[in-house]
Amino acid sequence: MSGLEAHLRVRRDDGFVLDMSLSLDHGETVALLGPNGAGKSTAVSALAGLVPLDEGEIVLGGRTLDSQDVFVRPDLRRIGVVFQDYLLFPHLTAAENVAFGVRDRKRRREAAITWLARVGLADLADHMPGSLSGGQAQRVALARALASAPELLLLDEPLAALDVRTRLAMRRVLSEHLRAFPGPRLLITHDPTEAFTLADRILVLEAGSLTQVGTADDIRLRPRTRYVAELAGSNLFVGVADEGSVDVGGHVLQIADRFIAGPVTVTVRPSAVTVHLVRPAGSPRNVWETVVDLLEPIGDRVRLLTGAPLPLTVEITAESAVALGLGPGVPVWVAVKATEVEVEEG
Amino acid sequence: MRRRIPASIPALFVVFGGLALAVFALPLVGLLSRTPWRDLAGLLTSDVARDAVRLSVSTSVAATAVATVLGVPLAFVLARASFVGRSIVRGLVTLPLVLPPVVGGAALLFALGRRGVVGEPLADATGIVLPFSWWGVVAANVFIAMPFLVISVEGAVRNLDGRYEGAAATLGAGRWEVLRRVTLPMIRPSLVAGLALTWARAFGEFGATVTFAGSLQGRTQTLPLAVFVALESDREVAVALSLLMVVVSLVVLVSLRSWWWRFR
Amino acid sequence: MVALVAVGCGAAPEDQVVVSAAASLHLAFREIEAAFEAANPGTDVVLNVAGSSSLRDQILEGAPVDVYASADMFNMNAVADAGLVDGSPQVFATNRMIIAVPTGNPGGVLGIADLAREDLLIGLCAEGVPCGDLARRVLAAAGVNAEIDTNESDVRALVTKIEAAELDAGLVYSSDVEAAGGSLSGIAIDDEDNVVTDYPIGALVGSPNPDGGAAFLQFVLSSSGRSILLDFGFGTP
Repeated sequence: MSGLEAHLRVRRDDGFVLDMSLSLDHGETVALLGPNGAGKSTAVSALAGLVPLDEGEIVLGGRTLDSQDVFVRPDLRRIGVVFQDYLLFPHLTAAENVAFGVRDRKRRREAAITWLARVGLADLADHMPGSLSGGQAQRVALARALASAPELLLLDEPLAALDVRTRLAMRRVLSEHLRAFPGPRLLITHDPTEAFTLADRILVLEAGSLTQVGTADDIRLRPRTRYVAELAGSNLFVGVADEGSVDVGGHVLQIADRFIAGPVTVTVRPSAVTVHLVRPAGSPRNVWETVVDLLEPIGDRVRLLTGAPLPLTVEITAESAVALGLGPGVPVWVAVKATEVEVEEG
Repeated sequence: MRRRIPASIPALFVVFGGLALAVFALPLVGLLSRTPWRDLAGLLTSDVARDAVRLSVSTSVAATAVATVLGVPLAFVLARASFVGRSIVRGLVTLPLVLPPVVGGAALLFALGRRGVVGEPLADATGIVLPFSWWGVVAANVFIAMPFLVISVEGAVRNLDGRYEGAAATLGAGRWEVLRRVTLPMIRPSLVAGLALTWARAFGEFGATVTFAGSLQGRTQTLPLAVFVALESDREVAVALSLLMVVVSLVVLVSLRSWWWRFR
Repeated sequence: MVALVAVGCGAAPEDQVVVSAAASLHLAFREIEAAFEAANPGTDVVLNVAGSSSLRDQILEGAPVDVYASADMFNMNAVADAGLVDGSPQVFATNRMIIAVPTGNPGGVLGIADLAREDLLIGLCAEGVPCGDLARRVLAAAGVNAEIDTNESDVRALVTKIEAAELDAGLVYSSDVEAAGGSLSGIAIDDEDNVVTDYPIGALVGSPNPDGGAAFLQFVLSSSGRSILLDFGFGTP
């Protein structure tokens, strides 16, 4: 099946060079993850046709959009973009915004209302963008992009402008609609949690080039650069909660909340994990024996990656690491208090 | 509901503001005090008045239309294209604002008159003579008033966030469609302000018109020219026509403000 | 009018003489001003030139003017009727109408009858301006129905446009054609159709500098004043 095949090379006026390749299949969500200034927006602009490539090419569904001899204008590319600032047209209502890209003039309003209903905002159809909250505007922007029936969906930091609570709710909405979109989807973000939860594959972009490509596990467990390692340092797991414990793919973690149930996302801060040479006594209810896989000094602290049964990223002081004589292959015990295991629904 | 002046405005400002208001209002009061109320209807329906109104309305509207067709594209080019000599072009655009209108009219004569740089070949080739004609009035008004439109629109386009147009493109809108559905609607308040100012300036234009197009009742004698001539011989007609100008201007400008000013 | 405002500050009233003169007298009076100042060192003549009716209005509204020289009796009479003239106005110059054409006469104008030609661009002074009223009397006397293309608000504007050849012909004062030198040609009008206009001058009552005003008036009426006026194409009574 044809999807997106692109090799992007763009040189910006300030000297920055973006040089990366990517390919997406239908039905797959790929995240382009990178720090600010990595070139993510440049990649979006190049794919959308707002910036021409200096070298390379973009082929979508078998059609060449940009190459040595061809440049297809953005309005003919059929790429739907959800922008970071939403960019809802301030002089049009929500429904008119969503209807903007609908080709069939007669059914424009009907299509707009349908899409607004799908994102749960049918009753805000005649509201002006200025009166919408962040989360609502984001959903209208998503509906607008989807209503134009694009072949590729590009989301540029879609949740970045939202507050934490809205972001959580929106992540779910987004996940649902991404899965429903038949074509390939590219999600641009700097938030690793977003990438881990929404994408099938992750491309890490740093300073204009890709430094790592893989699944969420690949990124977390086998980081190839410091940036990726720091990303990975968030101990994120997905599991099923039931009466005070969460099953994360075989291993069970004890949590403080006895009432939460069903699919959850679990995070453990690296600094919340304690490391011991012998089995520790005391209150922590999550204790297990494991081995140090990797050890990396970071300033006056040390980051450890532990192995089976549940790989964890742990941060301890350099002195402790030295005192314990830690190194790759050293057997250790790790302990995490139930209260230090953060759980979110979804 | 009683309106109150908010506490954040110093009392002295209110006083000076009141004086400023008086500067605007007093001439109007003076005009009203000399108005021949009993004869007003007759004066305003005389053929001098009717010709002048007809000419003023037709030439000011035509000049505003020409200024829009020519000025909006220029504003876009100035705002978005970068080219050598852009600041000179911008200076040229503001020239009619700085020149005394009579000087502007004289310059137009040298350029577009029968012996003018462009006017002479134009007359020889096509027989078109602009001075002393209705089109001459329109030309003079366009010269004097177009800067208002260009400056208003240029400022608005410059301040427009270009990303909205990019977003429209990704939704499938071609260049003209983006202009029609996004760019122009988004600059509408400034565009309307520019149109209002341009029309008002053209409506009140005197110096360039009288110098370039001359003054003839029924052909080129707009309201300002009629008032000027009437001042010499028939004061009452002058006052009546002046009052008419004030009323027409107020009606147009006030209705434009409230209706089209905002995005809905 | 600007000149009148400026009068308020600067030289002391005794040394200043404010003269309001009709537009057609502009060049002649500038010469007279220079001659008068040369003959009376320390005196500054301030010339205020505009259409006769504008000047009349200014005086009636109380402008501080010492001498008023008008292009016709009508405007001077208005001022006299208001009791503002010291004594009686005196006629100091005469003028007659002439057809002015650009050098080379591009329109091929031969006489007053040609002013009825539609293919020519013809200009007159506006009605209400002395030059305009006179022109219309002349045309009526000659029985010509002129095809007018513009009514200029003062004779200087009309002259400028004829000089620039933007107009093919116009009716102006013969003094204007003299003053224009080579840039205007004149075509005479038959005496029986033509109108001779009298230019009155008067010193004003309650003016800032009555002595200065009287002296200036005498100078205009003197042989020095007359010869300057004749040089500029005016007639003398």
